[in-house]
Amino acid sequence: MSTDSLYDLTAPLCEQDGDLPEIASRLIEKARKKGRKIGIDAAEVGISQGAGYTVTVRLGDVETTEFHQDVSCGITVYVNQCKGSANTSDLSIAALDEALDAAFDIARFAQPDSCHGLADASLMATHMPNLDLSSPWGMALDQAAEMALACEDAGRGFDVRIVNSEGASLSSYGGRGVYANTHGFLGRHNGTTHSIGCSLLSEDVRGKHRDYWYTAARRADALDPAVSVGQRAAERCLARLGGETPPTGACPVLFESEVASGLLGSLTSALSGGLLYRHESFLEGALGTRVMPAWLSVLERPHLKGGAASASFDGEGVQTQSKSIIDAGEVVSYLLSSYSARRLSMETTGNAGGVHNLILEPHTTKTRRELLQEMGRGLIVRELMGQGVNLVNGDYSRGVSGFWVENGDIAYPVAEVTIAGNLRDMFLGIVGVGDDLDPRRRVRTGSILIDSMVLATPA
Amino acid sequence: MNEMYDTAKDTCLGGTDLDISECESMMLGLMAPKVDVGELFFQRERRLSWSLEDGKVKEGSFGVSGGVGVRAMSGEKTGFAYADDISRDALKPAIAAARAIVKSGGSIESHQSPALPALVAQSGDAIHVLDDPILGMSTAARIDMMQRVDAVARSLDNRVSKVSVGLHAVHEAILVMCTDGTLCGDVRPLIRMNVSVIAEENGRRERGSAGGGGRRQATWLLEDERCDDYAREAVRLALLNLDAVDAPAGAMQVVLGPGWPGVLLHEAVGHGLEGDFNRKGTSAFAGRMGTQVASPLCTVVDDATLEDRRGSLRIDDEGTPGQRTVLIEDGVLSGYMTDKLNAKLMQSECTGNGRRESYAHLPMPRMTNTFMLPGPHDPEEILASVKRGLFAASFGGGQVDITSGQFVFSTTEAWLVEDGRCVRPVKGATLIGMGAEVMQRVSMVGNDLELDTGVGVCGKDGQSVPVGVGQPTLKVDEIIVGGTSSA
Repeated sequence: MSTDSLYDLTAPLCEQDGDLPEIASRLIEKARKKGRKIGIDAAEVGISQGAGYTVTVRLGDVETTEFHQDVSCGITVYVNQCKGSANTSDLSIAALDEALDAAFDIARFAQPDSCHGLADASLMATHMPNLDLSSPWGMALDQAAEMALACEDAGRGFDVRIVNSEGASLSSYGGRGVYANTHGFLGRHNGTTHSIGCSLLSEDVRGKHRDYWYTAARRADALDPAVSVGQRAAERCLARLGGETPPTGACPVLFESEVASGLLGSLTSALSGGLLYRHESFLEGALGTRVMPAWLSVLERPHLKGGAASASFDGEGVQTQSKSIIDAGEVVSYLLSSYSARRLSMETTGNAGGVHNLILEPHTTKTRRELLQEMGRGLIVRELMGQGVNLVNGDYSRGVSGFWVENGDIAYPVAEVTIAGNLRDMFLGIVGVGDDLDPRRRVRTGSILIDSMVLATPA
Repeated sequence: MNEMYDTAKDTCLGGTDLDISECESMMLGLMAPKVDVGELFFQRERRLSWSLEDGKVKEGSFGVSGGVGVRAMSGEKTGFAYADDISRDALKPAIAAARAIVKSGGSIESHQSPALPALVAQSGDAIHVLDDPILGMSTAARIDMMQRVDAVARSLDNRVSKVSVGLHAVHEAILVMCTDGTLCGDVRPLIRMNVSVIAEENGRRERGSAGGGGRRQATWLLEDERCDDYAREAVRLALLNLDAVDAPAGAMQVVLGPGWPGVLLHEAVGHGLEGDFNRKGTSAFAGRMGTQVASPLCTVVDDATLEDRRGSLRIDDEGTPGQRTVLIEDGVLSGYMTDKLNAKLMQSECTGNGRRESYAHLPMPRMTNTFMLPGPHDPEEILASVKRGLFAASFGGGQVDITSGQFVFSTTEAWLVEDGRCVRPVKGATLIGMGAEVMQRVSMVGNDLELDTGVGVCGKDGQSVPVGVGQPTLKVDEIIVGGTSSA
């Protein structure tokens, strides 16, 4: 293989799925045969392959070029209600046989659990819409490097107060995979992801400040221009200059849309089956109860064309469907796999492996101006730090960088502060949602304004 | 003569169509004009995990992976590619891709390729057992041990409603070959047990977690009833948190307990002293070598040479022997942690901190076991000196912005202190501060250095590596506590 053909590793991968379906079918057949004597209940196989590159530039020159090509195969067998799994990065027949043996060996020692097994055969996906997830960029490495250089140049040249750079990078990846099980189901998936990002430094008497921006999409033509990514990184970096210290105490808090999607992610984690059946969620028993104001709903839309998390079937082959998770503030669906559903005496919701495009839908949205007016005096959260989210009891305490707002206007940037509260109160306390929803994210939400949290600061 | 190297070589290359001399000649194929260093990194890894829930062994998973990472360096430029398969056919295109760096982007000054030193296999003493932790204990014995832990946890208190136990073993072999003359191998076993407990009372529910491990055999968990101790500790924390009240909000005196709270050092100074950030001038500590960055009571080291520890390395992932590096001595910044690339560009000695998650990742400067040396104070005396503040004995994890120096870490066991006594437990809260400022405010250091039990995972640029932390009891005169209760 010449080096030039490696530059566009994503192209051949996306156009055909090669021999993966055949490998998966053969493994399923082998599992069936091997398990016949010992009473195999079921088996499932997932294989995925990916390839791509990342070019990183810094201070006007190329720093690294990384080529990636990954493969992984996971096998699970269920023998007399006992589960065993194995995975390998080697698709040779010998390695796959070894993995299959290992899975059977493990099942021999695991203890029976009547909730184990595949999802019901009647739920297997039959509708496979074209989700338009794969679009190779087809760009040579030199061009990719030039685009990353243009991104960083635009950021560094934006203002003399940009004093240093952590660099800019451009990535292009493509992947494909199959999932097969002993119901006879075999599903294929593929997709590409392209991104450009830039991270810059500014400096003032308080020290150095770093900020970044990036764009990511399944299609190269849906990316923001490289130059605007660099400029946006520079703007964000400059906005951190001249920080001051706000007072300790309770105040309204506005989560900008990038961090608001993480906040909404905490809600869906707390509604996921794994945490619910383990009694590790503060939202256990929340089905049918109100967890948000009545003017808010949360929807899952798995079949959005080009969506960041679109999929026809979940991690068990179950057909994905559009549904409401929260309707008019009330929880109407948990997020379950077949295992967690059986543990809870419920039906799977097609969420083995996670959610597929989540959207926060308010009755009305507000402009940033309106949200700040409504806030009056409070904190805008731009960046969150740390792991202080306890889903068992909902307690929330995290480090923050952002902006202090006085009289509905940004007064000054803020760092070295924490916000704390409880997720239950925070979701019920949403008083506004912004119109700045980014349609390219997995979890799509505008900025979220919460009525009150406790801010701790050096003052 | 050199068991470690031979075992590593056989594990990585055994059963392939490659041997050392074949690999060496392929490596030389990296050396295009303008490439000054070429490197091959072979790795094979086997992993075995078991999980127990509700007293039952719910599932197990076995995994194998292996491959070779190829790196070509030209000045500050690096070209990198890898193959998921250790074979001649897989290695060739990876080599071609990695060396493509020299023709991409910008101009590169032309220079002569250096004369290459001969490869000589390096020997060295083992700092941990070579034995495979996956084979070292029977499956039945592993399951017995997990059930025993579950039974201990349940027997302690009837408020314990849920017990989960995880047992993980990894056996890794690496072989590094580089045109700078490096040829060496390492075999790295690693085990870890985690116990998580949920306790319930009057509708309130809290979690407690504990665990431990190291570069050892799984049977080590049974010695001195260590695994039972993890169960006791997880139950103690869960029950304690049932009684926890809201944490205070604002700046206050904080005493940090010994051991795992050393995550403070990992975040407040550790990452900021990694060579790459300092070479690039992006760390808050850049250009501060020889200056006072902590109180004179603080001496902080990174030590890969500790026996059997989770972060210990006989050699790093570039083949440099693991070392003890003094990062801060009596409060004065005295050393950065480097890999080969950053050591060369900073014109300093490499400290053996070049680490990578796997063959599919580029090495970079990373911590090993990072801790503070003991000081003069009795831990009791430290607590007694606090009029009103917080005693934090255990943490979940932390994060740092190395540019501003701002760092956070979140408590999982903390107490309100009044007149030198712990009066009541408080809920988990995030502590936040600026690294150098907080370290300057360390006013007392205990004589009770402890290292953590061996569960730490450090993430940087998307790569995870096992690390250790530790410290004696410390008093920080002021740090911000992110609670909800106004003082």
